[in-house]
Amino acid sequence: MSEGAEERGEGRSRDTTHTTDKPSAAPTGAERRSGRGEAPCEGAEERAADRGGDATHGRPSAASAGGPRRGGHGEALSVDLLYSEVEEQLRGSVRDLLSDRCTADDVLARCDGGGAPYDMDLWRTLAVDLGVAGLSVPEALGGHGASAREVAVVMEELGRRVAPVPFLGSVVLATTALLRGDTGDLRVANLLARLAAGETTGTLVVTLSTPPVAEFPTPVRATPAAEGFAVTGTVGSVADASAADVLVVPAIGDDGEGLYLVDAAADVTVSRLVALDLTRSIATVTFTDAPAHRIAGPGDASTVLRHALTVGAGLLASEQLGIAQWCLDETVHYVGERHQFGRPIGSFQAIKHRLAQLWLGLVSARAAARHAASVLAANDPDTAVAVAVAQSYCATVAVHAAEEAVQLHGGTGMTWEHPAHLYLKRAKSDELALGTPGHHLANLAHLVDIPPPEPDAG
Amino acid sequence: MTDTTAYGGVESSMSATGVTIDAEELRRRSRELLAGYDPATTGRLDFLRARFDAGLAWVQYPVGLGGLDAPRALQAVVDAELDAAGAPDNEPDSILIGLGMAAPTILGFGTDEQRARFLRPLWTGEEVWCQLFSEPGAGSDLAALATRAVRDGSGADGDWLVTGQKVWTSSAHVARWALLVARTDPDVPKHRGLTYFVCDMTAAGVEVRPLRQLTGEAEFNEVFLTDVRIPDRHRLGGVGDGWRVAQGTLMNERVAIGGTAIPREGGLIGIVADTWRRRPKLRTHDTYQRLLRLWVDAEVMRLVGDRLRQQLAAGAPGPEGSAMKLAFARHRQELSGLEVELLGAEGLGYDDWSMHRTQTVDFLGRDAGYRYLRAKGNSIEGGTSEILLNIVAERVLGLPTEPRVDKDVAWKDLPR
Repeated sequence: MSEGAEERGEGRSRDTTHTTDKPSAAPTGAERRSGRGEAPCEGAEERAADRGGDATHGRPSAASAGGPRRGGHGEALSVDLLYSEVEEQLRGSVRDLLSDRCTADDVLARCDGGGAPYDMDLWRTLAVDLGVAGLSVPEALGGHGASAREVAVVMEELGRRVAPVPFLGSVVLATTALLRGDTGDLRVANLLARLAAGETTGTLVVTLSTPPVAEFPTPVRATPAAEGFAVTGTVGSVADASAADVLVVPAIGDDGEGLYLVDAAADVTVSRLVALDLTRSIATVTFTDAPAHRIAGPGDASTVLRHALTVGAGLLASEQLGIAQWCLDETVHYVGERHQFGRPIGSFQAIKHRLAQLWLGLVSARAAARHAASVLAANDPDTAVAVAVAQSYCATVAVHAAEEAVQLHGGTGMTWEHPAHLYLKRAKSDELALGTPGHHLANLAHLVDIPPPEPDAG
Repeated sequence: MTDTTAYGGVESSMSATGVTIDAEELRRRSRELLAGYDPATTGRLDFLRARFDAGLAWVQYPVGLGGLDAPRALQAVVDAELDAAGAPDNEPDSILIGLGMAAPTILGFGTDEQRARFLRPLWTGEEVWCQLFSEPGAGSDLAALATRAVRDGSGADGDWLVTGQKVWTSSAHVARWALLVARTDPDVPKHRGLTYFVCDMTAAGVEVRPLRQLTGEAEFNEVFLTDVRIPDRHRLGGVGDGWRVAQGTLMNERVAIGGTAIPREGGLIGIVADTWRRRPKLRTHDTYQRLLRLWVDAEVMRLVGDRLRQQLAAGAPGPEGSAMKLAFARHRQELSGLEVELLGAEGLGYDDWSMHRTQTVDFLGRDAGYRYLRAKGNSIEGGTSEILLNIVAERVLGLPTEPRVDKDVAWKDLPR
């Protein structure tokens, strides 16, 4: 697509006069509330206009046209499903950075190396210069006081580029868990400030395929130690552990369930696994009497963990939306250029109808993902249903989109050289991540009272 | 299209007389109407006519034609004020073709004389409208239609004589007027030889026959036209310009789709979910999985509708309307099929095969068997799903068009 050729905005230079201040791209709570943020950098409007040329993705933002806000008009417009102007600016900043430094070639080259899976330079630019690491952290704790809606927009863009950065583990899972823990605890508050500033990277030590409503995980034991606790045990397929400095670990202590902070440098072994998804690292994490600090005990550990996994599943829907968007855009472009039988293959109805159906899935996935993000941002009691709907729906759309991308690229889609496989691998792994569609449907059935068949049913 | 004043964002406008029309002014005018024509003592039709003349029928229409050149969004203010006073409305559900298709077409393409003649009784419901577009040989390929209109005599403003057969015409048996597209020049390619008329359904040579559907009932009609005389002043738009006018009409049909906000489990999914809850013995693992997927699909479609309405309110309508129609058709078909299965032996029955001649579809009021059969039409009426997918692919995604063999061929030379 044309993205690679986009002019890089001059304004997003690594000008040090910027970094002394608050990171520029992330909207603050105040900006969000007023609906007018500072342009993340000069030239933002020009680039927004450029993006307007994209047939499927370039509509003007709602806020710029005076769109409905939460609690606005009387009728059932209570959950805002559009993107605000500030969110579009944030998207623009992330998209520009990724267009520049996270092209398909960049990502592919990294997959071949067998070396570091993640681009930590890119991660630092995102986390520090653009400020995405602190989006959902309150301003009082050193973050930007934005919400799940803004985090979701970043997830879309990262999904669109299958960006190899530890955003899910650090910004979504670990940070969310910490925010629900005891933020009056100085260690927690300090850690949140460092995570928000991008100085530290974390993750939540659960197997990535754990659904939000699963039983509390038991592989790690916590015992009292001279200072605090020590944890011992092994957890497999933990996302982003290889990039993490600090680990949030669910463990069982003498008094029951707890969440613990563990420094990844101390008595912890992180062994990267060969993963289906080439762009998200998973690892086996082994603790051997590792020093641990408890941040949640039997009273609330299970609630905090479930909340973090629910937020993760809800926001993953936006990543899946981004994956599907790339697959559709790329495939539409390809079938318009590729000629067989003397005409572009995109002129055949057999192809057109499949892509139109895919677009339909995307339109639906966008509504579901935005709904989940908005409901999460508002801490709405509808969260559990919204997340189950969004995750079961968007997971399926992303896999379908990636499978269609491979098929409609023909032989090219089967090659290592073409990036379609990166999206297929991410989409398929995301389908398992934080609960399969089946897990979410089963949970939904429970939530909305659709009881299962009786034991002797056909 | 002319009717683009529509969508929100605008809170007021200046009327032709220089008065600012805002919500407060509309409330004042509504109360003034109610004071002059007390609904308790005024006849229904008299009230509706007075409402039209006061510009409170459709406020976005021009002054003198039932409106005040005000933002469409402000209509709700008038409706609420009049409803609260117990005023009669024009029963919009029974005159949808008139309101949704004929009116914008007449407003957009009609002469001043035509607007003045047709719009008032259209809005009050005194004159029902129908649409004579589709033909047995021209469904998806509407531009291929064969109904002929020929001049009677040689004058430039002579009457037209129309002969042909139209099909799938709802309300034809009660309609006073029809929107008609006919071929006036068979010697040019199909899109160029069409002309748009208003046809008097009471004229000699118009024969309406009910068309019975697979459900047993007759929602629609066939209309046979034999030398029907149409005066030239009832032509809408130029001779040969009928395709452009018809496109305008059909665009309004699509805008009408999208509907209103519904609650979670609103509509058919709620009925089916209740059936599921009430009949544990008939549940199977297969139907369980399908029901859950369809429940999610219903919820997501609801959200797509909400999002679409929010886009409209923000003045940035997206192309999601066509997605809604496609998704709706497939979902209804799958869900109504599942519903029959969930009913066990009861699903073997049918409520009523007798031929009712109806203008409205009682989809939720009838039984599951009827719903299953009627839903088959959802992917055919108002543009087949196959055609809509082409439209999405070409207009939204920008994919290349299919090579066309009929573009530059005179209509009379096309294979039929």
